[in-house]
Formats: sequence, C-alpha cells, structure tokens
Amino acid sequence: MKIVVCIKQVPDSTAKIVVEQGKISWGDAPLIMNPWDEYAVEAALQQKEALGGTITVVTIGDESTREVLKRALAMGADDAILISDPALVNMDTQATAQVLAAAIRKIGAVDMAFFGRQAIDADAGLVPAQTARLLGWPALTLSSVIKIEGSNVRVERGIEEGRQIVTTKLPAVFSMTKDFGEPRYPSFMGIRKASRLEIPVWSLAGLGIPAPASVIAWPEIITPPSREVTCEFITGGSPEEIAETLANKILAEKVL
Amino acid sequence: MNTWVFIDQFKGNALPASWEALGVGKTLGNVTALVFGSGIEALAKTAFEYGADEVLLADDAALAEYRAEAFTTTLSKLAAERTPDLLLFPTTTRGRELAGMVAIDLKTGVMVDVTALEAAGDKITVTRPIYGGKLLTKETCSSKPQIITLRGRAFPKPAQQAGKSGTLTKVAAATGDFPTKVEGYTTSESGVSLADAGVIVSGGRGVSNNPTLTPPAGLDEKQAEIWRAQQGFVLVKDLASVLGAAVGASRAAVDGGYIPYPHQVGQTGKVVSPDVYIALGISGAIQHLAGMRTSKVIVAINKDPEAPIFKLARYGVVGDLFQIVPALTAAFKKKMGK
Repeated sequence: MKIVVCIKQVPDSTAKIVVEQGKISWGDAPLIMNPWDEYAVEAALQQKEALGGTITVVTIGDESTREVLKRALAMGADDAILISDPALVNMDTQATAQVLAAAIRKIGAVDMAFFGRQAIDADAGLVPAQTARLLGWPALTLSSVIKIEGSNVRVERGIEEGRQIVTTKLPAVFSMTKDFGEPRYPSFMGIRKASRLEIPVWSLAGLGIPAPASVIAWPEIITPPSREVTCEFITGGSPEEIAETLANKILAEKVL
Repeated sequence: MNTWVFIDQFKGNALPASWEALGVGKTLGNVTALVFGSGIEALAKTAFEYGADEVLLADDAALAEYRAEAFTTTLSKLAAERTPDLLLFPTTTRGRELAGMVAIDLKTGVMVDVTALEAAGDKITVTRPIYGGKLLTKETCSSKPQIITLRGRAFPKPAQQAGKSGTLTKVAAATGDFPTKVEGYTTSESGVSLADAGVIVSGGRGVSNNPTLTPPAGLDEKQAEIWRAQQGFVLVKDLASVLGAAVGASRAAVDGGYIPYPHQVGQTGKVVSPDVYIALGISGAIQHLAGMRTSKVIVAINKDPEAPIFKLARYGVVGDLFQIVPALTAAFKKKMGK
C-alpha cells in the first residue's frame, strides 16, 4: 500500500492569537503539527501496520516546516517531502489542493492519501475534498473507522445524523476525524531516524506546475470584540434556593 | 443577483441551516433553491414556502443517498449551464464538502463558515471566524461564481409562508458510474443535533467527581472513574431533556471515555452557538471556549471559582453540581409545566 499523508504546521492550539499591524501574530507560542493531522498520520500508520507498504508525508512551507515532517517521521512515517517555493504564499484552499494533487501525482502509484479534517488556523476544511476532486478520486471526508480489502474500502463517516457507512474503490482521499484511536507519540528510535533522514525539497518547477492563482483574499483581519460580560454569581441558601434563583434568571432572558 | 441555495436534506428533512441560507439569498434578490434527492418533491414545496422563487429539482434514484461525486457532478453541470452569480450552502458536513468540490469544477474559490456578509453590487464581502474564533477575517473572492457556506444559527431562519409557490424546474441528475455506494447509517443516540440546538447542556471532567457514589465491586480505578462520570452524565442528560437541549461535552470528558466524541464541543469538536449554553463541571480550556464563545447566554456551574469559564458566563454558581443540577432540573420541570 503506497500511502501519502498531507500535513500542515500551525500555531499551538493554546496560543494567544492577535492582530498586530494587520498581521496575525501568535507571539512566542510554538508551531506544531496541526492536531487533526496527527490523526491522519495515525490512520496511515494503522493501515500500514495492517497491510504493509510505505508512508510519505508531505507539507508545503518554508524551511521551518521541516519540524512537522520530522515529527511525522518520528511517529513512524517512512519518508517526507517538503514543497517549498517563494511563489507559494497566502494560498487559498483550491491553490493548496492544486499543489498537493500535483505532488501526489508526482509521487505516483499512490493508493491512499490522508489528511486531517481541517487545519486549526484557517479552519476551512476544504483541501481534502478539493484535492480528491482534482485527482478524480473518491473523497472520504470525516472518516473514522477504515477497512480495506484488496482495492475495496469501507469507511464510517461522521455526519450530523450519526455515521454514514460508505464503500468505494482505491485510490481514495481520506480526511480523518477522531474516534478510531489516539495519535501515538514519537518513539526514541523514530526520533533518531527522523533526525538523520534527508528530506528532499520540491519546488513548483520540480512539481511541473505553474504557480496556482489564489482567488480568495483576506483584506482585513480583526480581533473580535471581547464579550462584555460580568458573571453574576448566584450565592446563598440551599442548592434548591440557588437552583430556583438561577432558573428564574435564565427564564427572564427569554431565550428558552 | 442570481443566487442559488443548496438545500441540505437527510431522508427528506432539510437541515435548518438550509432555510437560513435561503433567507440570506432573499436579501440579495431572486433565489433558486437546489433540491437534490429521490422522492423529495415535497421538499421543493417547502422551499417555496421559505422564500425560493424557483426550485431546481433533481429527483433521481442515483441521488437517493448523499454521495459527494454524484451530487457534485450534478450541481457543477447545472451551474456551468445556467451561470449563477452566487452559490450559497449551509456549513453542514455535506454543504461544506460539496461547496469545495463544486468550486474545483467551476474554477473558483469558497468563502467558508461565514457569519456575516455584505453585498456591493455583485461583489460580496464576508466575515468569518478563523483560528477557532480567536480572530475574524473579512474575505472576498475575485472569481465567479462566488461560493459561500453559511454557519448555522448565524443568520435568522425566514418565516414559512404556507401555500406560497414558485417555478418548479425538473433537472437531470448526473449520469455516470460513481464507485461510491452508501451501505447504511448508524444514527447517533442523542436526539438533538448540537449544531442546530437552541440550548446545550455540557458536562466536563467535573461530572466524574461525585464523592457520594460507590462504584460496583470489581471495577478498576479507570472503570470506576468512567462509571462515576456516567452517573454524572445522567444528571446532564436529565437537565437537557427538560430543556429540549442537546448534550455536549468537553474534550476532557470525551478523552476520559465518559461520552462518545460526537458530543465534543470545542476546537477539535463541534463549534456551536446556541441561545443558552450550560457548562457543568467544565473549567473552560481555551480550546473549549473557542467552540462555544458565541453562545448568547452562558451559564456555568463549577466548584472552582477561578475557572476560566466564569469569564464568559453571564450566570455562575460556585458549588457542587451534584446537588445543584438535580435541583435545577426540578425547578425547570415545575416552571415549564412539565
């Protein structure tokens, strides 16, 4: 099984994010692998353990993004590719999908491409399905449990109403949610291997595509107005008296 | 402006965010509703009642179950032929995915999970949350058609006008051999969907700390904790049931094995925006707050007066949730005549 995992570097989920002079700043918060992408790496590792094969992790970014590739390698991926080009800045989701689809084509003979369900920075959650569409592969978004037999796939997908159970054929794109296992920690051996492995850099020329044009722009980014709430603490009396007062306060809001 | 709105439905019932999107479309001019499925002509009638001027109805066995490829191909073909200016989708699982895939076919972009929008002529500028709601960004799209997905409960649901009708146009479903087949569904145990809920009652790690309970013999420490938490969630569910509310949970409760993941609210769970959000035994990690901070009225019950959840809460109780929650359930039961 030839498996690709597409991952992204993002500011830590606990970072305080602010706008400074129109630009997004996360201060000195660390950059990490997008938490959802850890589930994508885990799902790929589980498939490799069940079926054999190799896992290649791919990211787009500058030299600093090598760190997330190394983390995926330390978790157990076999090799990594950094896609880096000065033209690849401020990309929207369809431009990102074009680059990733080109990379998956260039890697060649890929059976499964894994993504996290969305990145916690731009929160779009579009790239997996868009990459699938460009490749002409089935999009199995919001997947949890995956079963492969030959080239047949059976997945459970999370939807508003519960889970949808879908069958299709490989090759396919999977975006992973939770509910099939927690991402493993890098092993000591994995960290050693990751530190030694050469990570090739692919430019747009190397991918053989022109710079994709982004059509979505962010003309203004703002810090949301803080909620002007002072908490009114309900105190005094028995639990029943507190509950009575609280219920009256909530009902007086006339939103129930 | 020629606006299309995709009506997301499951087994013939539209998700409420579809009607909210139709309402947004109406503020911009004439609206065409897209109703795709099998045996769903009744839904086309409902779309007229919520304000659609025209309905494009693709009623075909091939669309009986939602499949990304079949729905995308059908929609993209229609849009290529009829060239709408604007496509609106509800930000549901199906709506988001379909918007993204149709955008690839039509060589355009998607403005996703939008909470506000303004139009200047044919040009739309939207506002949407990023970084889990820590920031907002204005967003524009330079290509046509503009494709937007609208966050549920961010826009008002239009009033239903019984008997209103419009132009019904039957259109063909895409033909083709789509390898994806739907085997079936497992439905969630919870009655009310978090995304649509007007009221949410959520439990956190604190629901496992009832000191007065004695777990059955033979459980190890972890099993005993889960058993305690499940008793705690009975209180959460009782309150939710009286209020007709959905049941939510913090990541700590989900990771602790107290309640399944579909209930998780927060940055790596569901982002919700109910009228009332009641947080029980939830301290309020920044990732949880990101998922519920736009709720209208937040109520928190927690034993720790320093818990960050109180910074967002309008009403707070510092105390023992195992005593207060049953009393609160009883109080609502009495006051709401149940």
